[in-house]
Amino acid sequence: MAVSLTHLPRILERHGDALLADWIREQLQAKSRTGAIKEGELREQCAEFLRLLREATAKGGTSDVSRPEFEPLRELLANVSRSRGVQGFSPSETAKFVFSFKRPLFMRLREELGRDAVALADETWAVTELLDELGLLTTETYQKTREAVIARQQEEMLELSTPVVKLWDGILALPMIGTLDSNRTQVVMETLLEKIVETGSEVAIIDITGVPTVDTLVAQHLMKTVAAARLMGAECIISGIRPAIAQTIVHLAIDLGNVITKANLADAFKTALDKRGMAQVPGR
Amino acid sequence: MPVLKEETVAIGSDADVVLVRQLVRRRAQELRFSLVDQTKLVTAASELARNALEHGRGGEMLLQVLQDPPRSGLRLVFADQGPGIANVELAMKDGYTTGGGLGLGLGGAKRLVNEFAVESTPGKGTRITVTKWH
Ligand SMILES: Nc1ncnc2c1ncn2[C@@H]1O[C@H](COP(=O)(O)OP(=O)(O)OP(=O)(O)O)[C@@H](O)[C@H]1O
Ligand SMILES: [Mg+2]
Repeated sequence: MAVSLTHLPRILERHGDALLADWIREQLQAKSRTGAIKEGELREQCAEFLRLLREATAKGGTSDVSRPEFEPLRELLANVSRSRGVQGFSPSETAKFVFSFKRPLFMRLREELGRDAVALADETWAVTELLDELGLLTTETYQKTREAVIARQQEEMLELSTPVVKLWDGILALPMIGTLDSNRTQVVMETLLEKIVETGSEVAIIDITGVPTVDTLVAQHLMKTVAAARLMGAECIISGIRPAIAQTIVHLAIDLGNVITKANLADAFKTALDKRGMAQVPGR
Repeated sequence: MPVLKEETVAIGSDADVVLVRQLVRRRAQELRFSLVDQTKLVTAASELARNALEHGRGGEMLLQVLQDPPRSGLRLVFADQGPGIANVELAMKDGYTTGGGLGLGLGGAKRLVNEFAVESTPGKGTRITVTKWH
């Protein structure tokens, strides 16, 4: 594909400083959360953008931002949107980085090409397309960054959502919620075993009321935990096996024979107190 | 038999096994399966998806909504291009495992559904079809 001739690099060269000043003013005026970004950082990003845009368009024209000449510019935009994504900017605020450059640039284009209506129209059109594409790039990166942030938050939440609580002296409870899969189950079970040691507990109740599916892998994890706890001198009680899950466990032929199971947490707690030799339910 | 709807899910990671379960549960709910039947089918799907992932080097699940008035049903086809199962009868036995599991997945899955079929060619792959009717 031929590189289309463009006045852009020349205009960027000649009006570089003025463009930079206009563009930054434009963004600071919009002033949504831009306050959150330091003016110095913004100035640096904008100056770098102008330099890379000039280099890219001088060698690669304006028609195709996927050309190798645009690589450094694409990278800069990716960095800018990534950092804004992490800082919590909205997608439109992030895209405005590029779009806010239109007005200052078009003013200069008119100044330079104003007498040649055809050239002005052509150039304006080409530049609009170029900036739109670059703006879209920022949105794409922004989305990916946000997705990564959300995935990380979800992971953190998973860990947070399975707290081991001390129900009573010597009695721990682990209410499990959501999908029990290898990674998470591993983390949760390890936490429980650590807590057993830490608190010197004798009974641990694993409540699975909030677990939608118990398959052979989940069952195996549960049984391993029960066995490990036993080695440390603690007994586990599994509570909250709902009727539908009880039936599937039977069909799977999983043998929970040597594990104490109770219908609900309250029953399990009573059993735990009995085991600890306490006839009285607390609070009575 | 009329297939009302078809969709495929790739099985390449633990997270995909979760997606398989979620999709199967959603479709079973839409067909108004009882809670017990939902749970049975989802659990069978979980076993077969994990087998495809762990023993079959990953694969995919095809889900079909079947209409056979007055019944409706869900058919799940798990296919992989892994090593295949040399002795299906043995693999189906409760407690048989080559991977340190409980060895209850295949036999259990069969007991959790209405129809169950294994086609497996050593060196080529495995295809397991299960159907649950409502
Ligand atoms: N898709 C497959 N491809 C190749 N081999 C398989 C496949 N599915 C099952 N097998 C073989 O059959 C055996 C039994 O499978 P099954 O699901 O019953 O037990 P498991 O996966 O070993 O343990 P789990 O009880 O956790 O499911 C496996 O150990 C494996 O050798
Ligand atoms: Mg299995």
